[in-house]
Amino acid sequence: MQKITRDQLITKAVELLSNGTVSAVLGWKKGEFDYDITPAVFTTEEEINNGFVYNDFCGANFSKYLVAKTKKLEGKILVFLKPCDSYSFNQLLTEHRFDREKVYAVGIGCEGMADVVKLKNKVDGIVSIDYNDDGMYVDTLYDGTVKVDYAEVMAERCINCKSKKCVAYDELLGEDGEVIDSARFDEVASLEAMTPDERFAFWQGELSRCIRCNACRDACPACTCEKCVFDNPGSGVENKAPVTSFEEQMFHIIRAFHVAGRCTDCGECSRVCPQNIPLHLLNRKFIKDMNECYGEYQAGAEVGSRAPLVDYTEGDLEPGEVFERGENDA
Amino acid sequence: MQMKEYKPLIVAFCCNWCSYAGADLAGNNRLNYPADVKIIRVPCSCRVNPMFILRAFQRGADGVILCGCHPGDCHYTSGNYYTRRRMAMLFSMLDYLGIERERTRVEWVSAAEGAKFAATMNDFVEKVTALGENKRLEDLRCKR
Amino acid sequence: MRKLSLDNLNKFFAAVAESKTIYLPVDQKDGSAKYAKWAEGTEWSNALNTVRSPKDLFFPQTEDLMEFKTEGKNIEIIDIRKESEDFVIFGVRACDVKSFEVLDRVFLSEPVDSFYASRREHAIIVALACTRPSETCFCTTFGIDATEPAGDVSAWKTDSALYLKANTEKGEAFLKSIEALTEDADTAEVDAQKTKTAEIMKKLPLADLTTDAFGGGKTEELWNNPVWDEMSQTCLGCGTCTFVCPTCQCYDIKDFNTGNGVIRYRCWDSCMYSEFTRMAHGNNRLSQKERFRQRFMHKLVYYPENNEGLFSCVGCGRCLAKCPISMNIVKVMKKIGGDK
Repeated sequence: MQKITRDQLITKAVELLSNGTVSAVLGWKKGEFDYDITPAVFTTEEEINNGFVYNDFCGANFSKYLVAKTKKLEGKILVFLKPCDSYSFNQLLTEHRFDREKVYAVGIGCEGMADVVKLKNKVDGIVSIDYNDDGMYVDTLYDGTVKVDYAEVMAERCINCKSKKCVAYDELLGEDGEVIDSARFDEVASLEAMTPDERFAFWQGELSRCIRCNACRDACPACTCEKCVFDNPGSGVENKAPVTSFEEQMFHIIRAFHVAGRCTDCGECSRVCPQNIPLHLLNRKFIKDMNECYGEYQAGAEVGSRAPLVDYTEGDLEPGEVFERGENDA
Repeated sequence: MQMKEYKPLIVAFCCNWCSYAGADLAGNNRLNYPADVKIIRVPCSCRVNPMFILRAFQRGADGVILCGCHPGDCHYTSGNYYTRRRMAMLFSMLDYLGIERERTRVEWVSAAEGAKFAATMNDFVEKVTALGENKRLEDLRCKR
Repeated sequence: MRKLSLDNLNKFFAAVAESKTIYLPVDQKDGSAKYAKWAEGTEWSNALNTVRSPKDLFFPQTEDLMEFKTEGKNIEIIDIRKESEDFVIFGVRACDVKSFEVLDRVFLSEPVDSFYASRREHAIIVALACTRPSETCFCTTFGIDATEPAGDVSAWKTDSALYLKANTEKGEAFLKSIEALTEDADTAEVDAQKTKTAEIMKKLPLADLTTDAFGGGKTEELWNNPVWDEMSQTCLGCGTCTFVCPTCQCYDIKDFNTGNGVIRYRCWDSCMYSEFTRMAHGNNRLSQKERFRQRFMHKLVYYPENNEGLFSCVGCGRCLAKCPISMNIVKVMKKIGGDK
């Protein structure tokens, strides 16, 4: 359960709107069943009081919206940044994707968000959800009220949270946390430990579900190209559907490569995938490799840092040596 | 019925300033290397986008090798340093997806190293021949 | 009505599979379900529905149409169509069965899409009544009875048996072919199940949703509604809603250069994409607001206008479950129609 409450956020939003600091608020709007929350732009106190919510299903990362919204809106926009969103925020600033002056950022602590898929795999027919200290009380169509522990339905990215520290804000609500020594690379390591045949089978199984809806790309705060190469008929690789398994592989390899060094590991790609493909395992592989080969680097930890792939040293390892690395360590 | 001898298709991206000249020198010196190697000249090894490598596999390559100036000797000062990092990361990712490691390689070949060029190609073709046809990164449409 | 004991279910699948391919919902590793070919050992999923709709079986995401080969100045056009064989789609929900009617009106009206028509003719649809609808279900809004699904054969699954009723000649022939495994049955158990499910349907959170504000002839009234601006604000422009939708039928035709010829194929397209219906002069919908409006106006206004009031939404709830930002047709309908 979140320590920051809806009321705290509403008070802050209304205060900043009414004193003229901001002219719009990026926030979460309630849905039909308490878990289907939509990011929305609020411009009046009335809209905020009626629709603004904040709970365990407010996982959406708002940073990317700033690219379009700061261009479109007059005046400043208020954005609430959870720790992982703040890394994306910094990364976008590093890439000069929006005007910092047009944003008022309020950092908010985060206790970890729930995963709707996990919840739905546990509970059928969710009508509404009550949040209590000891868990969620889910009102259902078939099984009455079901109690679900927060830990049971916590999103993978939050179980392996890399940082509870807000790295960018104008103002902070609640307490700031610390960078966490998480176990987020464990799953990558266990894949690395498999044989190539096993890995190939694993990824074929996962990627074959891809329907190329582009949700991963469109939600990704690192994917901010005005025109994606896969949408560009002149690129030669434009495609609206994964016709062959090759195209499934190509899309995901190239997308992961293109965000390598810029990906903050916010986990939005895996959250939005309608086919539950663990896309974060591709991004984390790059992060893990870069950490091991070129030194620890966290994209978005600070504005203006130089990502490993746009940097070099004379003594870098050779591409052929990249495979020997693990064997030497062992 | 006799099986047709398997001949791999190899794509070699060669930088204009060193490796392409190295290939030239190999030819001038009458050094042998298999005709299965198709050379694509690029202005610098860092011109090679990971997509080029994947597209070569899509269009039927069984192995892709990238040759550039030795680190420190780049005509554009630092291009090959970037190449080195990018390809290290890309090859590691391909390996992670279960694609055979021996299908991709980076080799630094200077304009004076005709012999190294020929030896590198001979060795690479041999390794790829041993692996056989590229099945894991193939696009069946390009094979019909 | 015929009755098949659930103990004989696998025998039934095996018997059908002897002469026809049979597709049915199966569980995937991630917990969701998809339609897959039955083979010995395949387990029929208990899931309410699949992530991708069964429209894939008539209108696959990608499909090769023809191939060109050139030699010198000659160009050879190769018809690569494969003759369809009879197949069975088993376990289709009432909403998805209705979606076939929506697709039929597009693909089977002149000029008939022969690829689609061929699959449609060869298919036998065994539809399954719902017993545990989800909170995201709203098929009743579109007049669909989830307890009495259409299709060639309607089926009801109880704790011990599968009840089967033929609705068409195709369905009767199908039931005849598996007669040995089934027995005659009365409708008592099925009727009880229907009554029970109907009670649940009434209590669903979206049971009150109506289409009153929509239908043919509403274009001008709804076109400039400020709701489009407001609700499309955070739309990502991905294609999830259109690709999981059982009634979305837009596609693009493209050429793929294989290096030694050209394959002309079609693939699903999405009105959410910036390249959708791009013409020589450029795009006719430049903003996400326009694309967003297009999708919902098509489903709720344009389509019914051209098809005697039939809406091209069947209330399956897939977009409700899958939209990355949880924006969906229900929210749009409620916002425009006025929330109760």
